[in-house]
Amino acid sequence: MAAVTVENITKRYGDTVALDGVSFEVEPGELFGIIGPDGAGKTSLFRIIATLILADSGTATVLGFDVVKDYKELRKRIGYMPGRFSLYQDMTVEENLAFFASVFGTTIEANYHLVEGIYKFLEPFKKRRAGKLSGGMKQKLALCCALIHKPDILYLDEPTTGVDPVSRKEFWEMLKQLQQEGITIIVSTPYMDEANLCDRIALIQEGRFMQIDTPQRIRSGYSALLWVVRTNRMHSLLNDVRAFPGVDYGYAFGETHHFVAGEGFDPEGLKRYLRDLGHGDIVLYPGEATIEDCYMLLAKQ
Amino acid sequence: MKQFGAFIKKEFYHILRDRRTVLIVLVMPVVLIVLFGFALSTEVRNVDIAILTPEPDRTIEQIADRLDASEYFTVRQWLRTPDEIDRVMKSGEIQMVIAFGPHFSGNVLTPDGSQMQLVVDASDSNMAQSYVSYASGIIADFSRELAATGGGQGIETQVQFLYNPQMKSAYNFVPGIMGLIMMLICAMMTSISIVREKEMGTMEVLLVSPVRPVYIVVSKMVPYFVLSCINLLTILLLSVFVLKVPVAGSLAALGLVSLIYIITNLSLGLLISTMAQQQVIALMFSGLLLMVPAIVLSGMVFPVESMPPLLQAISCIVPPRWYISAVRKLMIQGLPLIYAWKETVILISMAVVLIAASLKLLNNRLE
Repeated sequence: MAAVTVENITKRYGDTVALDGVSFEVEPGELFGIIGPDGAGKTSLFRIIATLILADSGTATVLGFDVVKDYKELRKRIGYMPGRFSLYQDMTVEENLAFFASVFGTTIEANYHLVEGIYKFLEPFKKRRAGKLSGGMKQKLALCCALIHKPDILYLDEPTTGVDPVSRKEFWEMLKQLQQEGITIIVSTPYMDEANLCDRIALIQEGRFMQIDTPQRIRSGYSALLWVVRTNRMHSLLNDVRAFPGVDYGYAFGETHHFVAGEGFDPEGLKRYLRDLGHGDIVLYPGEATIEDCYMLLAKQ
Repeated sequence: MKQFGAFIKKEFYHILRDRRTVLIVLVMPVVLIVLFGFALSTEVRNVDIAILTPEPDRTIEQIADRLDASEYFTVRQWLRTPDEIDRVMKSGEIQMVIAFGPHFSGNVLTPDGSQMQLVVDASDSNMAQSYVSYASGIIADFSRELAATGGGQGIETQVQFLYNPQMKSAYNFVPGIMGLIMMLICAMMTSISIVREKEMGTMEVLLVSPVRPVYIVVSKMVPYFVLSCINLLTILLLSVFVLKVPVAGSLAALGLVSLIYIITNLSLGLLISTMAQQQVIALMFSGLLLMVPAIVLSGMVFPVESMPPLLQAISCIVPPRWYISAVRKLMIQGLPLIYAWKETVILISMAVVLIAASLKLLNNRLE
């Protein structure tokens, strides 16, 4: 039986459609990623499967419990970490953890083994108020608080937003460890590079799931011609490339620009054209699609 | 139960660590009592007056001495002509002029009597009324004595001020302040602290837990209940020992009605918090929608009986109106609880209705 089954969920806020007929399944023990930009509907989806809001239509079952009818049962088994830091800033690290433990009718001691790996980072600061922690530390504390009652399933809504790269890496290592413990994890992120760390991902745009698959299969299923270009005049390059015949669309990608070209595209012609426009040090080669490229391609279709 | 305990512990952390709020909550009653008790007193004291007399007169001097000897008036000036009245009143040096007619002494014991006029600055009409009645009282006393020594039989009017023989304004405002402060702390603070959790996003986390929402909000009420009890005690101690307003009736009855009133206001705060999503909205609700009626319509400042019927009707749903009325009966008049049964029953019914409404509105989810 699937850990999460969502069927045709729709959610509207006035005229805005937050979720538009979303369906997916998450297997027990899976690390499932929901990838998409801000405003794509990730938080609404989390709130629905966390029993916090009601969908306008469609059904969702988590761990065999209906999110509407059996919300009381479900709330004993869910660990939820909202996108915003939602702990008490005026309470210390230790007090926050102890409070959330007792809210779920347990103690820090009883489930210490679950959070030990994470809490060891926080131990030196346990008397510090949560509001005075750094971003990465806050995330670790929030994760500890969401885990302290040994949930069967963990929802993490953009856990690494606003966190430094080192802490982000540590955080994902922790998630992998938790997965070993048998906890099903659903995590959302706007960072495409984190998508590769999930077992399966769903690419979400404007309330719709565009594709659900493993990151490898999504990348290898990339159907367009992707090119990477770099010159010494990056500012004007993107617009120049877009203007070249045969180029469908282009976008900035780190230090380079990526663009998708049609069938009749002439790479040598582009180089000549760019040289004529005054670009130097031109580097142009066919690219290997990343999740972000796949996302862009799907979003264009 | 252990969960409930954890919640209450958490609430006390919040309150005790927010030093500024604790200070405001604990010091506010003291400031209000002192302010109303001393600075904003409506009692007549050392009012500057002038005496107008066309010629030197022994009886007038005696009356002036009487007035001056009282703690209410100080004779500052002697005037000779009526034109001067306008000048001294306009200059603001003098609040009241007592003008005597010619041949005052000679006419006092004749059947026609003598004439006297009180000219008073009525820009503050309440105070003007008090000056006149205080001065008339002193002069009436004097004329009675004069009539007795002169062998005549003056008409004796005796006014007795029950329950508050010295007409102290503290007797009026202590119940008012009690009603106001407890409403402020219970309704405003409770609603803001619940709405704060919604705004901070912690409510989201608490809702995704097995704890029933009703425990979350009830645990919020406990610390403010304790704070209100401390305030109640502070106000009573201050009014008894500083303002010398005694608790004339049973302390137990007063305490009971106060506890009921506190619970009514806590439920009011709870109801506000179920409807407001932002602290600002909660503050507006409790600030404008509660405080203004609590001051204006409760009978604290203006007597309910002299309001237009519409406002009187509205005042019926203002909890402090009933509480203040009950405190006047129990604390000032010293009546037994049975005389305040109506107020008590109304406050209890209000609490029941408010709690029922908030439980109905209290959501198990975010929206």
